[in-house]
Amino acid sequence: MLSNINKKDIFIYLGVLAFALIAPNVFSDYRIQFTFWLILIILAITWNIQGGEMGYNTFGNIMFFGVGMYVCASIQIGMFFDLGQWTVSGGEKTFIHTPDQYFQGLWVGLLAAAIIPAIIAFVIGYGVLGLRGHYFAICTLGIGIASGELAGGIEIIGAGQGMTAPPWPKDIGGTEYRNEFFYYLTLALFVMTFVFIKWLYSTRFRLVLNAIRDNEDKAEAMGIETMRYKITGWVISAFFVGLAGGLVGNIVGYIEPVEVAFDGREMGVFMVLMCILGGKGTLWGPVIGASVFHIFKESFWSYFLGWQYVALGVLIIVIVVYLPEGIMGFLRDKKPEWFGEVMDEEDRKAQVTLD
Amino acid sequence: MDLLIFEHPILIVQALMDGVLLGILFALIAYGMALQWGVMNIINIAQGELVIMGGYVAYFLYMNGIHPAFGVIVSPIVMYFVGIGIYKLVINKVVDKDLFTSILATFGISILMMQLMNFMFGADVVVAQSNFGTTMLFDNSVTLPNSKIFASAISVIAAIILVLYMKKSKLGRAIRATAQNARAAKILGVDTEKVYASTFGINAALCGVAGALIAITFTLHPYVGLPYTVRSFMIVIVAGLGNLPGVALSGMGLGVFEEFADYLLGTEFRIASVFLLLVLILVYRRFKLARSREYLK
Repeated sequence: MLSNINKKDIFIYLGVLAFALIAPNVFSDYRIQFTFWLILIILAITWNIQGGEMGYNTFGNIMFFGVGMYVCASIQIGMFFDLGQWTVSGGEKTFIHTPDQYFQGLWVGLLAAAIIPAIIAFVIGYGVLGLRGHYFAICTLGIGIASGELAGGIEIIGAGQGMTAPPWPKDIGGTEYRNEFFYYLTLALFVMTFVFIKWLYSTRFRLVLNAIRDNEDKAEAMGIETMRYKITGWVISAFFVGLAGGLVGNIVGYIEPVEVAFDGREMGVFMVLMCILGGKGTLWGPVIGASVFHIFKESFWSYFLGWQYVALGVLIIVIVVYLPEGIMGFLRDKKPEWFGEVMDEEDRKAQVTLD
Repeated sequence: MDLLIFEHPILIVQALMDGVLLGILFALIAYGMALQWGVMNIINIAQGELVIMGGYVAYFLYMNGIHPAFGVIVSPIVMYFVGIGIYKLVINKVVDKDLFTSILATFGISILMMQLMNFMFGADVVVAQSNFGTTMLFDNSVTLPNSKIFASAISVIAAIILVLYMKKSKLGRAIRATAQNARAAKILGVDTEKVYASTFGINAALCGVAGALIAITFTLHPYVGLPYTVRSFMIVIVAGLGNLPGVALSGMGLGVFEEFADYLLGTEFRIASVFLLLVLILVYRRFKLARSREYLK
């Protein structure tokens, strides 16, 4: 696997990794922001498997995020206490996790937060991924919102009021330590996701996904069982998005159905937007898009509070209308040689513009 | 959950009547959606926000001491210009792109409008009182607010006016020609750009009528637009584009479904049931269509 990484790339990877390891310690006040930066990148690169590589624009990946969040927190609590009483009594005041219980619960919870969304993706995949184009987009939009509304009606996980995730155990260090712990956990998840997807994109799998995007009927006619690949792709996304959801639940500490877990208006749109902003169908596009978007979002959300949705709406329109190919597409247009595309000087001269 | 509806069968009549009256309103919104989908090939996620904004126009009249029923006249006029404005600013740039582009762009418009309405009218649930009174049927066991009857009557009238306009007027003919074949219409001298703008404006005006009626019969809130979009999308895919009786029937069917879901599952699952029905319809449609694509084994 390492053989397909060339020398120039290694410097980029080391640079990013060094930044991710050093920067949060230098700017330790912003460690939570760095954590969310990584989460957003994870959401964007997993969305890219559907939206970018496969051409299936989903608004429904947010469901896996929310399910992961609820599953992780419920298992963390349910392993040691009565979940119903926890939500009724406001949780953390009556029941206290010891550090051992906390970490056991966290590992098991995260495992389940990855597996259960993947199973859901597998089960509904056959029905939903058979839809094409805008029918798929609207159907997944419906799934995302319906899951939020359903979670808002289930009593045991706190219904509309939401529930609290288990608080950080008191005796092993304060909030600083907690933030540091979750930052490195998120970083580990990010590295895992990125390496896995990088490997995935070097296999035949990516070619099949691209074939589906370019012409699904033709891909089927070539003998590819497209449904199997589509479901596999969705299961992979669900796995990592669920894990990210489980982590976010613990970082935020408070889980609410419509505003935190199944937040189609924030995270659900963000992942689409970041991916398009960076450039669909590339490995680095979503990473760049998420980074740019995170900077934009943090500055707007903190300095123009109340106007953030106006800004978001305008941003969506501007990106969709004026930058549909994203930053990577723009660069590819201007500097094709950066992408290994060789253009003869004679060809360039021979180009004629029709206007 | 005590299923009240089984203990008192008269509630079935109540749910049916409520559902039909509600469904006529949904059908009006869906007709606008079908219009722009058929003519411009865009799916407008901001449809529900246009409806709610139309409702707030009526509410604005009500706040200034004018009877909200006049909103039925004022609101479409205001919304027509809002629609033209949205078209000129955004929609004309996405008309010829693929459908997902228009879905995402109108999603952006929807978020923007939601927040603007939140700024202007606050995040409270509001209602414009019409004081039309109530009609009692079957020994006072079925109650029908007159405002709902008024709303359905106005919806039917609006739909009839629109159908006649599309059949008789010059612009209506141009719109229908563009829907059939935009290129051919352009060659034959139809200003398609203008047709698109008017189509979007007419759709917004329809939403304005529906919104004004919703303001007097139900409640308004800046964030409840999306369910209306989803309902109209659902009605259009069940009925098919350009099938007017189908739109009316499936609208009423959806209204009845919602009222029964409300009684059987509880009000907290009402919106969830709408979205789940959307998913079910789409998946059912997918399997129905897939039957005609068979493989050689």
